[in-house]
Amino acid sequence: MTTTTTAPGRPDRAPSVATTLADLRRLVTRTLRHEARTLDALLVNIALPILIMIIFVYVFGGAITTGYSGLAYIDFVVPAVLLMAGGYGAALSAVNIAEEMTGGMIDRFRTLPISGWTLPASHVIASLLRNVVTTGFALTAAVLLGFRPDATATDWALVLALISGYILAVSALAMLWGLLVTSPQAAGAFSFTVIFFPYLSDGVVPAETMPPLLRGFAEHQPTTPMVETLRALLLDRPMGDAGWLSAAWLTAGVVISMPIAALLFRRRTTA
Amino acid sequence: MYDIHSRTHAITEAAIHARGLHKSFGGTHVLTGVDLTVPPGTLQALLGPNGSGKTTTVRILTTLLAPDRGTAIVGGHDVTRESAAVRRSIGLTAQQATVDGLLTGRENLELFAGLYHLGRREARRRAAELLERFDLAAAADRRAATYSGGMRRRLDLAASMVAAPRILFLDEPTTGLDPRSRAELWSVIRELLAAGTTILLTTQYLEEADHLADRIAVIHTGRVVADDTPAALKRQVGSERLILRLAHAADLPRAAATLPPGDAAPHLDPDARELTLAVQSPDHLRHTLDLLHRAGIPIAQVELRTPTLDDVFFALTATTPPLTPATP
Repeated sequence: MTTTTTAPGRPDRAPSVATTLADLRRLVTRTLRHEARTLDALLVNIALPILIMIIFVYVFGGAITTGYSGLAYIDFVVPAVLLMAGGYGAALSAVNIAEEMTGGMIDRFRTLPISGWTLPASHVIASLLRNVVTTGFALTAAVLLGFRPDATATDWALVLALISGYILAVSALAMLWGLLVTSPQAAGAFSFTVIFFPYLSDGVVPAETMPPLLRGFAEHQPTTPMVETLRALLLDRPMGDAGWLSAAWLTAGVVISMPIAALLFRRRTTA
Repeated sequence: MYDIHSRTHAITEAAIHARGLHKSFGGTHVLTGVDLTVPPGTLQALLGPNGSGKTTTVRILTTLLAPDRGTAIVGGHDVTRESAAVRRSIGLTAQQATVDGLLTGRENLELFAGLYHLGRREARRRAAELLERFDLAAAADRRAATYSGGMRRRLDLAASMVAAPRILFLDEPTTGLDPRSRAELWSVIRELLAAGTTILLTTQYLEEADHLADRIAVIHTGRVVADDTPAALKRQVGSERLILRLAHAADLPRAAATLPPGDAAPHLDPDARELTLAVQSPDHLRHTLDLLHRAGIPIAQVELRTPTLDDVFFALTATTPPLTPATP
């Protein structure tokens, strides 16, 4: 063993950026392998938003007026379904990190010469990759069900950016939640909160049809501008302030929850 | 035996050196001053029942937990101030599974080798070598969740050896294993020791400590109450336990007084009409039975067994351990 240069009382030196990135890649690969090997969970993740969409379009859709938007119901609801698809899967990473903290693996990771935050970060990155794909499935299903987008390449790029931002923000919040609670079961509750948010937006039924209190909530909660932005991009409609509002919400979500999650992780793993 | 100078030297060279480790959780004092010195290349057993502080000691020595008071130097580095340096020289196999059940044995080892920054080719080579060495090559590409208890422990051990640590911590490595898996694990541990690794092993089983250890530290209510070679410890306890069930409980005091002079006081259990004593040799056993026979004390049943952790505890602390573990 070579001698180390760490002086007593000095904090241990952090690994280099290149090393940390390589560690992240290894841990992301591990998490993606987990996803691929828990096929049932992955199938639910893909199927649930599609089933919700089918119920809305075929069961409720005929009875729902899309208000002054004048859109066909499937066109009206697809943006909300895309957010549900990405958000539900991203929220599930709360369970992943909670399981990580309760098993023995965390002790193994802690004795490895890696930066602690790479573990939650690997879950966020894996969640982003996985859920962009599951959202793609939901979009494909939407097209098969009759959704006809009218978008340019730039629009599509912006749709991808917004969906990715949403998944990123929800995953970061999921880390926060998963590290706050003490059991994977409690962590699972987060995905229900997240999947219900788009219900109480302008995404499933027009907010103008809601009672005043709910309508106030629906008009000011973060998924409403996102739904409006997606409609504007996908259906070639005016965007207004929705784009900037969405960007602001998403940036705030990521910028606030990531450091808090990292801090919580540090607190949970410090001797 | 040592002069002051060489003793100081021995301490600074120790692979593990702990002084006065204290730890409380809430109001519970789990460690109340653990002292431990382990020379390089030796196997130190930490023997004690559940709740005696074994795992807490291991967690402190492996940088996973900070002591409230006391110091510990592992591999030449302070566990609280230089935890990264300590981590570079140690491996840990905890009681809980510390391998990824959804990954195969090979993927687990390659992941850890990668996170130790061995480089892709070297990581692959190292994983293959460890799978071979720990007799897991046939199951290398099966998910770890499908492994048997013994295989899982071996994989855990292999994962701890990825970076070829000089010091290895094994927290109850054989608890819950069947006898054959335990024997296999023992031989692996002996090989590691022969290769020069310093090992600290916790166990509830005197038999295991006796088989493997150079020294055994007995831990009781958060402190080390004895630290000696297995032979010396067993001399204190007696090599065998003789349990005599008398025909009449009333004979117990008289029987105790009849024992060979110089013997440690026997343990009396009036409810079971039993008298337990340490036997040093076959002659000693015969002599004891002769004396009782001549005193006219009828014996209903005789049982001879190897000393257990309970006996060590009784001999060292004059209290029975809080929990009686099953013999392995």
